[in-house]
Amino acid sequence: MKSNILSLQNISLSFGSHVVIDNLNLDIKDSEFVTLLGPSGCGKTSVLRIIGGFLSPDSGKVLFQGKNINNIPPHKRPLNTIFQNYALFHHLNVYENIAFGMKIQKKSQREISEQVNKMLKMMNLQDFAKRNISSLSGGQQQRVAIARALAVNPKLLLLDEPLGALDLKLRKDMQVELKNIQQKTGITFVFVTHDQEEALSMSNIVVVMNHGKIQQMGSPISIYNEPQNAFVADFIGESNILDGTMVDDYLVEFAGKKFKCLDFGFKRNEKIDVVIRPEDVKIVDNEFGELSGIVTSVTFKGDYYEIIVDISGFKWMIQTIKFEKVGDTIGIVLYKDDIHIMKKSEYSDKYGDYTSFSDEMYDMNSKFEDCK
Amino acid sequence: MKKRIVLSPYLMWSVFFIISPLSLIFLFAFTNVDGNFTVSNLKNVFIYSDVFLASVWLGIISTAICLFAGYPLAYCVSRTKPRIQKILITLIAMPMWMNLLLKTYAWVTILEDNGLINKLISFFGIERLTMMNTPGAVIFGMVYSFVTYMILPIYSVLIKTDKNIIEAAQDLGANQREIFFKITLPLSVPGIISGISMVFIPSVSTFVFSRMLGGGTNLLIADIIDMQFLGSAYNPRLGSAISLVLMALVFIFMGIINSFDENKAEKTMIAL
Repeated sequence: MKSNILSLQNISLSFGSHVVIDNLNLDIKDSEFVTLLGPSGCGKTSVLRIIGGFLSPDSGKVLFQGKNINNIPPHKRPLNTIFQNYALFHHLNVYENIAFGMKIQKKSQREISEQVNKMLKMMNLQDFAKRNISSLSGGQQQRVAIARALAVNPKLLLLDEPLGALDLKLRKDMQVELKNIQQKTGITFVFVTHDQEEALSMSNIVVVMNHGKIQQMGSPISIYNEPQNAFVADFIGESNILDGTMVDDYLVEFAGKKFKCLDFGFKRNEKIDVVIRPEDVKIVDNEFGELSGIVTSVTFKGDYYEIIVDISGFKWMIQTIKFEKVGDTIGIVLYKDDIHIMKKSEYSDKYGDYTSFSDEMYDMNSKFEDCK
Repeated sequence: MKKRIVLSPYLMWSVFFIISPLSLIFLFAFTNVDGNFTVSNLKNVFIYSDVFLASVWLGIISTAICLFAGYPLAYCVSRTKPRIQKILITLIAMPMWMNLLLKTYAWVTILEDNGLINKLISFFGIERLTMMNTPGAVIFGMVYSFVTYMILPIYSVLIKTDKNIIEAAQDLGANQREIFFKITLPLSVPGIISGISMVFIPSVSTFVFSRMLGGGTNLLIADIIDMQFLGSAYNPRLGSAISLVLMALVFIFMGIINSFDENKAEKTMIAL
């Protein structure tokens, strides 16, 4: 059983009348890779800044290894941050940037140069020691920022969307690299991102946030397979979310039919949300389907097709490797482990219907969200 | 082609008002009354070498005072709230809207033997001070008039400093003092350099202060040049030669100052 390296207890923060963090409790265990995941403005960066000491919560406690660090200023906290825009010192070269923290700690020249060289090697930057920061590419700057933070041997590393500015290919490489570094060094990582795929592929623990609250916390697999509400289901991957009724234990009714499922413990005839992932739906010929509908759009995604199917008025998203024509009537089959039941929440009916779906719409909406 | 048409007014301006006067100064400096080439004008400049030294020395002192007085002010202003910053910067810049001559006259009435300060201190039974016609008064006039040109460029660099960089330094363990000396100050060097050049150049080449506050006893280069063109010692050829030497001095000085900034760029060049 690992011990808690960091605990946030009853943290609240508001700017004016806007509540940023709403009574948040979070325990982070030693040597874990924890990701705070949520849309822009969900409070994830504020949580990180509170841990780093750059923001003071209105109420609540920040415990580091059991000790309250609320009143300890950032420069005395035994943790380091990698900032979104890297925040490198442009008046210093690569070597001096990495050495900065150790120079402040008044380490000996020999010790500093040993550590810096170790970092340069680890980050594959050996040839760049004397280079100016502005002569480096984005990916190289990112690596300098990581090296600079790791050079002082922090117990906890905070990463604020560090891969946001990189292009897709580099991002993927850095994801792997970061994960390797975390496993090699055993330093606890608290990583902030709005990219669900990044969160799932890198972390041990994903903390999904919205409106300043933790919506769900757990391993990537449990977050994906057992989302606790419509927000989580929708934010992590694609989901069809339907209104349903729990007729009995292991029996659910939605889309006008009864299905066997694995969930139990609900009240009889309790209204619930049903989540069905697009990749779990099996397509069969119309006459063999439990449900049937008409294909209304087909999008080629490279290794699969994404089709929208109108099943008695509700539009489902289905991912399939078999091509279907627009206008065809197809049947679908669901196994009991494809059906996931969630309790009704404030997010019910807000997500999971692909009626107005198109990639463009999606982009527009997410941009609108960013503006808010 | 279009570019050339747009540029032509500026080109004409440069030819008429920058290049031709400069060439005339060159011509005057290197010819005698008969129009023959000579270096005697340039040789004669050395008669005034002590004036040159005095001018540069006063310029350096007033620039240094402006820097040490202006930097902390610029720093403090940059740390206040944006709304207050606007008010403070307007206040700091306001004296620039007033005529330089008028301001200097005002200082004469304040500093002179029967001026405001002396009246005030003699009222309290303190002996009158001689402030006018001293190098101190000249320096004072320069600092008063030029300190704004030091504050503004430093301020504009300081407010552009990325907050994240300050936080990153804090994050790595630097306290307020270390952040200032290791991050803020080095990053504001470009502002300091433009401040120094904007104060030093007018300081060595203006004659208002030496004339009005120095009372003619503390002659500066500009006074000598003035004398060669409009004054008793009428000799435009020598005046041109002095101007040339002054320009050369300023040029060298700026080269030295700028090298502090360019050090970094050169380092990279070598590393590459």
